[in-house]
Amino acid sequence: MNIVLNEPLSQISLLFVSAAMGLLAVALLMFAFQLARLKDDPTESRFERYGFWVLGAGTVVLGVGVFLRGVAAQRVPWANMYEFAISGALMILTIYLISLRVKDVRYVATFVTGFSLVTLFAAVSLFYVEVKTLMPALQSYWLVIHVVVAIMATGFFAIAAGFHIFYLIKAAGVGRALMDRFPDLRQLERVAYRFNMVGFVAWSFTLIAGAIWAERAWHRYWGWDTKEVWTFIIWVVYAGYLHAMATRGWTGKRAAILGLIGFGAVIFNFTIVNLFFKGLHVYSGL
Amino acid sequence: MASSSRFSPIFWGRWFWRQLTSMRTALFLLLLLALAAIPGSLYPQRSADPNGVRLYFDQQPEFAALLDSLQLFDVYTSIWFSAIYILLFVSLVGCVLPRTQVHLNALRAKPVETPQKLERMPAYLTAAAKGDQLDRAEQVLNSRGFRVRKLDDSVSAEKGYLKETGNLVFHYSLVLLLIAVGLGGGFSFSGQRVLVEGDTFVNNLASYDAFSPGPLFFENELQPFSMTLEDFEVVYDLRNPANLGQPVDFIANVTLDDGLTNSNSDIRVNYPLEAPGANVFLTGNGFAPVITLYDGVGNIAFSGPVVFLPQDSNMTSLGVIKAPDASPEQIGIIAFFYPTAQELESGAYASIYPDPIDPLLTMNVYLGDLGLDAGIPRNVYALDITDLDLIAGRDGPNPPIELRVGEMAELPGGAGFISFDGLKRFASLDVAYNPGGLWIMVFAFIALVAIVFSLSVRRRRVWVRQLAGKIEYAALARGDDDGLEELIVDLRKEIEGD
Repeated sequence: MNIVLNEPLSQISLLFVSAAMGLLAVALLMFAFQLARLKDDPTESRFERYGFWVLGAGTVVLGVGVFLRGVAAQRVPWANMYEFAISGALMILTIYLISLRVKDVRYVATFVTGFSLVTLFAAVSLFYVEVKTLMPALQSYWLVIHVVVAIMATGFFAIAAGFHIFYLIKAAGVGRALMDRFPDLRQLERVAYRFNMVGFVAWSFTLIAGAIWAERAWHRYWGWDTKEVWTFIIWVVYAGYLHAMATRGWTGKRAAILGLIGFGAVIFNFTIVNLFFKGLHVYSGL
Repeated sequence: MASSSRFSPIFWGRWFWRQLTSMRTALFLLLLLALAAIPGSLYPQRSADPNGVRLYFDQQPEFAALLDSLQLFDVYTSIWFSAIYILLFVSLVGCVLPRTQVHLNALRAKPVETPQKLERMPAYLTAAAKGDQLDRAEQVLNSRGFRVRKLDDSVSAEKGYLKETGNLVFHYSLVLLLIAVGLGGGFSFSGQRVLVEGDTFVNNLASYDAFSPGPLFFENELQPFSMTLEDFEVVYDLRNPANLGQPVDFIANVTLDDGLTNSNSDIRVNYPLEAPGANVFLTGNGFAPVITLYDGVGNIAFSGPVVFLPQDSNMTSLGVIKAPDASPEQIGIIAFFYPTAQELESGAYASIYPDPIDPLLTMNVYLGDLGLDAGIPRNVYALDITDLDLIAGRDGPNPPIELRVGEMAELPGGAGFISFDGLKRFASLDVAYNPGGLWIMVFAFIALVAIVFSLSVRRRRVWVRQLAGKIEYAALARGDDDGLEELIVDLRKEIEGD
C-alpha cells in the first residue's frame, strides 16, 4: 500500500465536475423550453435536439471528471459519498442516454437532467471531501463489484421514478395540454416497470454481494446494520411493487406510488442513513 | 341454525387460507415487513450495537424500558417481526404450491385447442391465403421455440414456460434460503479473543473472552488448533498530507498449529484466516504496555503486558492494573497510555499521533481492598475506586506516576516500585463459523437467476388458423405484453415468406 494521492489532479477533476454541472443546467433549460413549446406545437423538436447534444457533452465532461478523480485517488472513484454521488450521476445519465437508443424515453429528460444536476450540486456543496487513501475495511475487490452494481440499480430506479412522476401527473389530469403530448398511461407504466425490473435485479445482486463482503469484512453475512436494514427495506418495497404490478386493482396509480416510495427509500438510504444513522457503513468521509 | 354448515370452522378455515394465500395479502405483508423493519434502524439493536442499548438505558431508563417491552431493541427477533415474515412465508408457500401443480400440468399438456373467435384476442390479423400454410406455420413456430400442436384447421402454440418456472424457483429458493438462515444460525458460533503479541490461543471454550453460540451449537464443533500472534503491524499513511497518519493496513502475523502442521500467515481486515472449522477475523487492535509492579515488601505483585483499550483515533488508551496479592495493601492502578505524548497547557497529556514515537504512561495509583476476593466476577478493564485511597494522581496527594519505556518509579509512601519494561501490541480476533453461509449464497444466486427469467421471459400463445381463402393469426400473453402485435406481423411475414 504505497499509494500517492494526486491532489492537484483531484482539483482538475472537480473543475470538470463543475463544468458538467454548467452543461447540465443548460440542457435542463433546453428541455424546459421544449416542454413549454410542445404544448402549442407538437412538432417542436429543435430545443430537444440541442438539449440532448448539450446533455451528451455534459455526460462526457462528467465522465472525464469522475475518471480523473479515480486516477487522483488510484482506485475506483466511489469510496465516499462525494464520489458515490458523482459516479451515480454519471451512471444515471449514461443509462438514460443508452436507453434512448432502445426506447423512446425522451419524455423524462427534464427529470433525469434535473435529478442528476441536484445530485451533483449536493455532491460538490455538501459531500465534498479531498481524495484520501482507503481505510482497510474498504480495501477489497468487493468495493468494485458491490458498489458499482448499487450505483447501477440506483440509476435504473431513478429513471423509473421519472416515469412514475409523469404517470401520476398525467393520471391526475394536471397540465392536460402538455400531458396529452406524452405517451399514454399504459406506455408510461410499462417503461417504468422495465426500468424497475432491471433495478430490482441489480439491487438483489448488490444485496447478495454486500452479504458476501460483510462475511469477509465483519465475520457475518448479515447483521441488521442500519445500511443493511435499509437495503432490505428497499428490496422489499420494490418486491411489493412487482407484486402490485401483477395484482388486479393495484396497477396504475398505486403501483406508481409504491415505486416512488421505493425510490424515496433509496434516497433516504443514501443521504439520511449515511449521515445521521449509526452503523458500520461509515464511509461518507464527512 | 340453518346457516351453520355454510359458516362452519372448515368454511372459515378455507376462507382464511384463501385470503392468506392471495396476492393482495402477500403484497400487504411485504409492505408491512418493510414498515416493521424501520424501527430497527432508529433504535440501537442488541445484536448490532449492544453498547448503544446500554447507553439508552443509562440516559432514558423509563423510555428504554418501554421500548424494551415492545421488543424495539430486538426488532428482528421480536414476536411481531417474526409473525409478519412467518405469515409471509406461509402465504408464499400456500400460493406457490398449487401453482406448481398447475405449472407441472401445463408442462405436460399440449397447447390448448384453438379458440373459436380468434378476433377477440389482443393481437389479431388476417391475410389472404396462398394455399395451405399450416405445415409452414408449424415449422416456423417450432423453430422459434414454441411448443406446437397441430389441429384440423389450425395450429396452436405456446412458449415461455420458463417464466413460471423462474417464478416458482425464485420463491422456493427464498424458502430454502430462510431455512438455511435458521439452521446455519443454529449451528453457528462466534468467539472473541484478545491476543497480545507472543501469546497463544488454544481453540476451546475456556480460551475465549466472549463466546456466542447458536442454539444448536455443540462443543465438538470447536476443532483443535492453536494460534500464536507473532507480530502485529499497523501501516500508516506517511506520504499523503490529506490523510497523514491514517492507518492504511493492519496486519496480524500468526502461526497456526492444527496438531499436524505449522503454518504462518497474515490476517488482515477483509482477509480472514481459514483455521480448522472456523475463520479467524481481525476486528480490533491496541497497545499492551509490559509492566512490572513490586509491592512494599519487594515481591513482584504483577508482571506482564496489560491490554489498554483505545479511546480515540490517536490511540490514547486506558488500562487497569490490579494487584490483589500486593503487600501490605492491595494496589490498583488506572493508567493512560499516549503513543506520542504531548503536554497540554493544563499539564495533562494528549496523544497527537497513533504510532508510538514518544510513548508515555501516566498512572493513578490506589491502595485498598480491590474487592476481588468476594467471588463476584469483575470487569478486568474497570477499577471500582469508591473504597480505595488515591496515593498518586492528578487530584491526589502526590502527582501521577509518569513513565517512559525502560523507566522505573517508586510509589509514594513505600508502597512499592513500578517499571515500564516494553511495549507490545494486541489484536482482537473473532473466531466465527456459520455453516449456513454457503447455502444461503447458493440459494440467493439461484433466486437471482430465477427472477431474471421470471421477469424477462414472455409467456405467449399463438394461433394460426387456415380458413377458406384466408389465414387468421392471433396471439395472447400472460400479463402485460406490448410485443404481441409485432410478433404476429413477424410470424405472418416469415410463414408467408414475404
